[in-house]
Order: sequence, then structure tokens, then C-alpha cells
Amino acid sequence: MCGIVGLFLKDKGLEPQLGALLTDMLVTMTDRGPDSAGIAIYRGAQAGEWLYCVQSAAPVRDFATLGADLSKEIGAKVQIEIKDTHAVLVLPSEKAKEARAALERINADLRIMSSGESIEIFKEVGLPADVAERFNVASMSGSHGIGHTRMATESAITTLGAHPFSTGADQCLVHNGSLSNHNSLRRRLIREGLSFETQNDTEVAAAYLSWKMAQGSDLGAALKASLDDLDGFYTFVVGTKDGFGVIRDPIACKPAVMAETDQYVAFGSEYRAMVNLPGIETARVWEPEPSTAYFWKH
Amino acid sequence: MQSLDLQAESLRDLNARLHAQSEKTNERDWEILNPKGSHALAVGLDAPIDVIVRGSTGYYTAGMNKQATVVVAGNAGPGVAENMMSGTVMIEGDASQYAGATGRGGTLVIKGNAASRCGISMKGIDIIVHGNIGHMSAFMGQSGNLVVCGDAGDSLGDSLYEARLFVRGSVKSLGADCVEKEMRREHIELLRDLLVRGECDADPSEFKRYGSARKLYNFNVDNASAY
Repeated sequence: MCGIVGLFLKDKGLEPQLGALLTDMLVTMTDRGPDSAGIAIYRGAQAGEWLYCVQSAAPVRDFATLGADLSKEIGAKVQIEIKDTHAVLVLPSEKAKEARAALERINADLRIMSSGESIEIFKEVGLPADVAERFNVASMSGSHGIGHTRMATESAITTLGAHPFSTGADQCLVHNGSLSNHNSLRRRLIREGLSFETQNDTEVAAAYLSWKMAQGSDLGAALKASLDDLDGFYTFVVGTKDGFGVIRDPIACKPAVMAETDQYVAFGSEYRAMVNLPGIETARVWEPEPSTAYFWKH
Repeated sequence: MQSLDLQAESLRDLNARLHAQSEKTNERDWEILNPKGSHALAVGLDAPIDVIVRGSTGYYTAGMNKQATVVVAGNAGPGVAENMMSGTVMIEGDASQYAGATGRGGTLVIKGNAASRCGISMKGIDIIVHGNIGHMSAFMGQSGNLVVCGDAGDSLGDSLYEARLFVRGSVKSLGADCVEKEMRREHIELLRDLLVRGECDADPSEFKRYGSARKLYNFNVDNASAY
């Protein structure tokens, strides 16, 4: 098992509540996977700004001068927002590439969780309620977000094994299921020049999508190609800068429920996750079909 | 009517109240409020009582039901009426995957659509779906009847034994050893009764019947080299 929740807001009036609504949805899914949890929030792009969300095992030490050090390296203003073991670095977008190399020089142990104009990924080991509390997810606003609570089946319970996984700038992936050909696919992707941090199957799916998109596929085409190249069980939810999508394998035994109103599109591994959303009583509720890619965009 | 509110009492207490009803109970009418997608609601009932659930439910609603009539005024999650023995379960909305799985008796009515694996391994249950059903439905169905007023997904009736399948709309594909069969008068009569029980006014003559070609489920020595 694992639990997935997602919320894509159509009504801007709900944006200040995004973090609170997603937290409630994620905590409801705790008994589908209590070992680690994560959330990707799209807080809305500000013109000219780039965000790096980095994680450290020793945040007090590593984050103390990180903002100033990075600012000096790239010769531009850097804002740092520290949230527990994660820090969000906000910098001018034209410095994004330079900043990635500079972060590597400053501290090679920092893990880049996400990179983009809008996305922030926070994930840690622990119960969803505790993880959400540590990052104060409930206070976050944004246009859409995805949450995941993990029951590890095929690789270790670690921060990096938690979901969401970044698949590229402003993109992320969460997964419920298990892939059976991830080892052979990982070897193939390593030969293609990709690198991996864990033995996790979902990291392979994320890398696969990144690789497909680097070759020129759009996200929809990359997801459709995954139906042929990934073997196993999966319900995937993906986030992009302005949208989110859902795809299930042809067997579709991993659960998925969706709800749509004039205010939002919501995803839950179970209907339970959505019962406190405004207007759920009159929402259109349905199960996404197998082998079918669904997308919503702003 | 007895009212049970899941906001006010635990699922376990609620199910225990329903289990405490005997054959001769005079508390015949029950309603469950605020189900909010809860799992295992009204499972294991064994008394001639009527239960209405006012809202949508999670996994395994009304599983193992005997005698009782359970109505869900909403959608039902995976495994509704799993292994039902007798009685009636009626879903006003849609049902998720493996509705009525392994059911041995009773009637399951789904007024919306059912997802994949509806009636998987059915063993005597009657299932009437007003809408469509998903892929791999009635897989290894052994006995009972599955009626679908809409369309059926891929691999209907794969590895079927003796369950009877009636579909009014299209069938995306038939599973291994499942074939279309002649609709004889006795099947029209059977279907007419099933549709009445399923509160469905469809015309039995519009349905096609599917069943087992009986080539797969007996060991055939000529095929020994294929195993």
C-alpha cells in the first residue's frame, strides 16, 4: 500500500488553504503507509525567480551560512527560508544553472529535492501528521499540490526513498504500487548517463520520465510510453508547473478516486481522503480508467 | 428507525449494534449517518434488517452479508458485498473494483457503474449493474448471474466456469474460454426476474448471453504438452 492525495485548485480563493486541505487529506491516508511522507507544493511562480529546495541531514550546521555563501558564489541576491531539514533558496532565474553548480561546490552533501519556478518538495521519515507539522505544510498556499504517505516494500525507509520524486524542473512524481523491472531499467538508464541515489523503484520511474522528456517527449507522451516500458503495478500522480496528471497501469489494482467541482480537481487513494473538501457532497466523483492519462492545466 | 452516527460512535460499536440483532428482532430499520468513506461498514450482518447508509463508503461495505438488506445512498469503495451469502445490497451510485467478489448468494444491485473485476470468482450471487463494468469482470465465475445494462470492459468472463453473463451494451473483449451463447426462452425468463429484482426496467430481449465454452476448465490430456 501507499497513500496518494492531490489537489488542483481552479478557484484562486482557495489558494491560501491549499496546504491545510492537503495536510488533512494526507493525514487521513496515514494507515495506508505510516513510515514516511512527503508533499510537493506549487506555490505560484514569481516572475524572474527560481527556487531550489534542498535537504540536509545536519540542517543547523549546513544552513547557517548557506544563503550568504550561495549569494557570494553566484553574485546575486539569495533568500533562504529554512523549514526543519529543508531550505528553500530563492534566486534570480537567470542564475539557476550557475547556482546548481555552486551548491555542489559549497556542500556536496546537500540533496536537491526540487528545482523550478514554483515547486517545493518536502519529505521525511515519520507519520504524515508529524512530517506535515515539521514543515508547517498547513500554512502553505499555492495553486496545486501532491502528497504521499509511504509503506515501503522494496527499498529502505529513508528520506530519499520517500516520495515525491523530482523528475525535472517544476515536475514531480508519486507512486502507489511496485515496479518489477526497475533493476534492468535502472541499468539501462545508467548507461544513458542518468544517476541514482537509492535502490527505490519509483526513483527509476521518475528518472525514466526525465529521460523521455530530455529526448523531446512532453509529459503526456512520456507517461504513455511508460505503459510499455514499466512493468508492475502503479498509480502515478505527476505534478507540473501549471497542472497535474494521473495514470494507472492496465491492471489498475492500485486504488484511485477523483473528484471535481467548479473549485478544484482532487485525487485520493481512497474517497476518505476527500470527505472534508468543500462541496464534496455535490462533486462529480469517479475512478480513473486503466491505461489512460488524465491531465488538468491552469 | 434506529440511527447510528459515525461522528458519534466508533465503527466497531456500530457494527456490534448491528450484529446484536437476532432473527426475531423488532428493530428492523437502521440508518448510518456520516459514513465518510469508512471501511468495513455493516459487514457480517446476519438478521433480516434494513440498513441504509447515507453517504459514500470505503472498502468492504456489507461484506459477508446474510439476510440483511443494505442500501448505500452514495458510492461504494472496493470489495462491496464481498463473499455475500444472502440478502440484498444496493448501491445507488458507483461501485469500485471487485464488487460482489466470491459472492455465494443474495443480490447485489449497482445503480451506477462498477469498476474492474466485478463479480470476480462469483459463486452463486446475482449481480445487476445498471451502468457499465470494468475489465476482468466475472473472472473465474463459478455460478450465479451477472447482468450489465451498459457496456463491459476487456476480458469479460475470463476462465469462466458456470456463471451466466448478460450484457445489453458492447463487450470490449471476451476473456479466454468465454463465448456468446444463444438466448433461449428460459434465459429471457431468468433475466426478466433478475431485472425486476434489480429495479431495472430494461427489456430482456435486448441482452446477449455469454458463458463458458467449457474447453478450459477440464483437464484435457491432448493439451498436456502445453502445461
